[in-house]
Amino acid sequence: MSDYNLSHLDELEAEGMYVLREVAAQFERPAILFSGGKDSICVTHLARKAFAPARIPMPLVHIDTGHNFPETLQFRDDLVNELGVQLIVGSVQELIDRGEVTEEQGFNASRNRIQTPTLISTIEAHQFDACVGGARRDEEKARAKERFFSHRDDFSQWDPKNQRPELWDLYNGKCQPGEHFRVFPLNNWTELDIWNYILRENIAIPSLYFAHEREVIRRDGQILANSAYLNLRPDEQPEKLQVRFRTLGDLTITGAVESDADNLEKIVAEVAAARKTERGGRMDDKRSQSAMEDRKKEGYF
Amino acid sequence: MAQGLLRFITAGSVDDGKSTLIGRLLYDSKTIFEDQLESIEQASTQRGTDGADLSLLTDGLRAEREQGITIDVAYRYFATPKRKFIIADAPGHIQYTRNMVTGASTADLAIILIDARAGLLEQTHRHSFIAHLLGIKHMVVCVNKMDLVDWDEARYNEIVDLYRSFSSRLDIPDIRFIPISALQGDNVVDRSERMAWYDGPTLLNHLEHVHVAADRNLQDCRFPVQYVVRPQTDAHRDFRGYAGRVAGGVFKVGDKVVALPSGLSSKVTSIAIGEKQVDMAFPPQSVVMTLADDIDLSRGDMLVRENNQPESVQDIDARICWLSEQPMRPGTRFELHHTSREAKAVVKEVVYKLDINTLHRVEDDLEIGMNDIARVRIRTAAPVLADDYRRNRATGSFILVDPGTRLTVAAGVIYA
Repeated sequence: MSDYNLSHLDELEAEGMYVLREVAAQFERPAILFSGGKDSICVTHLARKAFAPARIPMPLVHIDTGHNFPETLQFRDDLVNELGVQLIVGSVQELIDRGEVTEEQGFNASRNRIQTPTLISTIEAHQFDACVGGARRDEEKARAKERFFSHRDDFSQWDPKNQRPELWDLYNGKCQPGEHFRVFPLNNWTELDIWNYILRENIAIPSLYFAHEREVIRRDGQILANSAYLNLRPDEQPEKLQVRFRTLGDLTITGAVESDADNLEKIVAEVAAARKTERGGRMDDKRSQSAMEDRKKEGYF
Repeated sequence: MAQGLLRFITAGSVDDGKSTLIGRLLYDSKTIFEDQLESIEQASTQRGTDGADLSLLTDGLRAEREQGITIDVAYRYFATPKRKFIIADAPGHIQYTRNMVTGASTADLAIILIDARAGLLEQTHRHSFIAHLLGIKHMVVCVNKMDLVDWDEARYNEIVDLYRSFSSRLDIPDIRFIPISALQGDNVVDRSERMAWYDGPTLLNHLEHVHVAADRNLQDCRFPVQYVVRPQTDAHRDFRGYAGRVAGGVFKVGDKVVALPSGLSSKVTSIAIGEKQVDMAFPPQSVVMTLADDIDLSRGDMLVRENNQPESVQDIDARICWLSEQPMRPGTRFELHHTSREAKAVVKEVVYKLDINTLHRVEDDLEIGMNDIARVRIRTAAPVLADDYRRNRATGSFILVDPGTRLTVAAGVIYA
C-alpha cells in the first residue's frame, strides 16, 4: 500500500486546490486577495494548478497602502501579466484623499489599520461574494479558530464567537445578500510548509525575502527598512545591514531579520531553526494581546 | 519514505488538563517560539499564576482567556522529524458537543483524557461515543494526573479495565492506553522515570508511528465532479476536464468508468495535477480527468466503476447532530449538501434521540435541539449517491442547510 502514501505537502496542496475549486463553483464573483507576500503567492500558485490548463477564473485584488516596497509592485505586475488574470487595485491613498479615512500620526504611524476600510470599499464596489486570502491558522492565536469558509456580515465583520460549524470538507458558501465569505485555502499550512512548498515547486518570490544589504533603523528591538514613509526620532541613525524579510506588510510595519540566507535552501534551514514567530517582527500585532482578534472583527484580512 | 500528516482531536474539559497537555506537546517538541512564551509568561504574571500557564497557548479568543474555557475548536500545528501533526482542540462540556463533532469530522485519531483521581465520567463516555460516531478508528486514552495518585499502577489498571468494558460497545478497532502527567511531562514526549511499570510508548512516540493510511478507502472508486475546466483559449479550444478530489478507490488512465446519475460509460484518457500528467489518482488527491466521450457530466455528478456503485437513494437512514441554537422544526425543507451535490430534503421521522452520557435511546421526547444526536429518516427531492459512512467518510456524510438563514444546522452520517 505504500504506493498510495502522500507527503504532507501533497495533502496540503490537494486540500488547497479543493478549496479553491469550491470557491469557483459556489460563488458568482470571487476574488483572490493578493498582497505580494509569500502566502498570497502560494494561494495564486495553487489556483494556477487547480484550474490548469485554463486561466485562474477570478481576479487578483491588491489593497495598496501607498507605502509598498517597490519590489513588491514590480513582482505583482509581472505575475499578473504571466497569468493573464485581471488585477484590481484598491487604493488607501484614494480613500485618504476623499476624506473617508484619517491617517495615524506620530512615530509609529502606519496605514495598517486603514487598509480595512479600503478592502471593504473595494469588496462593495465590485460586489465580491468570496475573497480568498493567504492567512494561516498557525500565524496568530485568533486565526487558530478560522474556518475555511469564514462568514462576514454585511458590515464585513467577523463574529468569532458565533462561527458556522464546518464539517468534513463540506463547505457551506450560502449567505444573505450583502454578506460575503473570506476563504483560506492555506489554513492548515505552517510557515515552514510554505517555504518547503516554494522550494519544491520552485515558485518565484520577491527578492525582499532573500538576504540583501539594506539601510535600516533599529526601533524597540525591531529592524525597520528606512524609507520616506518612516518618521525618524532625533536619536535614530540609519545603518546598513545584511537583512531579509520573513513577512511582507508595508514599509512602515515590516520588521527585517539579520540573515545571510540568500537562497531558498538557506531560508528553509533558517525557518526550521527559528526561535521567534514570523509575526514577532510585526509592529501591528504588538499593540495588545488581542490586536489581531480586534482587527479581524472589523474586517481585516 | 514520505512524511505523512496525522490529524487528531483532543477532547476533554478544563479540569482534565487538555490545554496543559497540548501546551506540553508543543513545548517539549520545541514548537513554542520565544515570543509566544514571553507573551504567555507576561499574561500569567498579570493574572497571578505561578510559572507560564501553558493552557494560555491554546485559548486564543479574548472571551476564552477571560473565562478560562475553550469555546471553539482551535487548530494547532507541530511537527517532528517523523511526522506533521494537526491538532483539533475541542471543548469538552456538553454544551459544546457540536464543536467536538466538528473537530472529529476530519480527525484520524482521538485522544481521550481521564483524570486518574476521578476515573471514568459521563463526559468520557460522551467523547468516546462521538469519536466512534464520526468514524475515528484510532483512540488514545491518556490517564492523566498520575502525579496526584502517586504514580499508582493499580489505579491505572482499574481505569483501563473500566474503559475496556465500556468501549466494547463501540466500534473502535485501535485503542491504546498511556499513563501520563501533562503538568510534569511524564510519558508525553519523554519517558517517565516514575512509572517504570509502564513499558509502552510515550504519547508522542505513539502519535509518530500510528498507521492511518490504511483507513482511506482504496477499494470503491468514487470521483465527485466538483468543477468543469473549460479553458476556451486558442491553445485548448476543445479541452473539457473534470476537476475533483478522489473520494475513494484508485483511478487509472485507461479505466472504464460510469457517470452517475446518467449511467453513461466512458474511458479515462488523462489525469493531471496542475500541468503535470499522472497515470493514476487516489484519495485525497485533487486532479483533473478527461474522458474519451463527450458525455453530459457536471458538478454534483460522480464517476465510479461499473461493478462497484454507490446506492442512489432518496430515503436516507442517518444519525444527525443538531448544530443550531434554534430547535428543529418538523416539516422544514432543508438543503442537503452531500459531496458536490445539493438536494432539497425533509426530515420525515425522528426514530430516537440518544442520551449521549448513558448511550440510552430516548423515544418519548423527540424534540431536537442544539447538541442533540438523533437517528432520523430523511427524504430528498433528488437521488443522492451515498455509501455507508463507516465504509467511506466522504460519500457517507452530509450537512443540512436552513434555506432561510443559510446556516449549517445539522451534520449527518449515513447508514446504508
